[in-house]
Amino acid sequence: MTGISDSTDEAQIIASILAGNTHHFHDLIRPHERSVYAMALSLLHNEADAEDAAQEAFLKAFRNLANFRGEAKFSTWLISITLNEARSRLRSKKNVKMESLDESPEGQGSVTPALLRDWREIPSEALERKEIRQLLQQAITDLPLIYREVFLLRDVEELSVNQSAEALGISIASVKVRLHRARIMLQKKLVPQLKKANPKRRWFSWS
Amino acid sequence: MVLECKHVWEHISGYLDGTLSPEVREQVQKHLEHCEICSAILDSTRNILILTADERVFELPLGFSERLHARLEAEIRGIAPAPSDTD
Repeated sequence: MTGISDSTDEAQIIASILAGNTHHFHDLIRPHERSVYAMALSLLHNEADAEDAAQEAFLKAFRNLANFRGEAKFSTWLISITLNEARSRLRSKKNVKMESLDESPEGQGSVTPALLRDWREIPSEALERKEIRQLLQQAITDLPLIYREVFLLRDVEELSVNQSAEALGISIASVKVRLHRARIMLQKKLVPQLKKANPKRRWFSWS
Repeated sequence: MVLECKHVWEHISGYLDGTLSPEVREQVQKHLEHCEICSAILDSTRNILILTADERVFELPLGFSERLHARLEAEIRGIAPAPSDTD
């Protein structure tokens, strides 16, 4: 997360790049590589496409840096560029069953969570296990596109509800509804899987 | 007013984000105090959000940075005049 001093640094680096020190662009984007790639991969499903889309997003950011206005955070701006890059690739893919961006299922019935009586917390250390990382990745990428986009912006990239609404071109109310559904869908899918992957005893025995 | 479980589920996301109105929040909280199912749903959802936000979930492929910066370098050299030697 970008603190105040980081964003000041960022503003200085951007000013410097625009003044001609273009090689500083390398430093500017280093902290954002992972989040841009994560966004592209979750939307495009395929590592090679995701890498190419991520590169393209960074190139676009470089070419359009003069249009970046300091009102938004640089990371937010970059994520919007990535989202648009991934969306246009999804649109142009042939023979892929089109996931509609216009679909508006807000009115449809609610999503039911997985029911359970108690939950033993899964610690972040569990992410050292590839199996756990893959479960999470798969669950996110399996979400229908309209839910996946909102979830990624809000819960993975940590944009605000307003920023997410702006990036997606949808209302704040839609962001909230879709986000809620995305979270419940993930809970429903992941609870049984994580319980199974989480042995009752010796949770830390591998570490 | 007493909330039923299925109505509580509709507020889980808002509850986690702290965006519920004080009245609804209080009703949800009261329900959670005596309902172990809804409490477990809330706890598991919160736990899952913490895990999915972890940057380890999406690893960069090997060599990603090198390839990215090489492509950027080519672009930067193409666009920019000779790098300044002031810094």
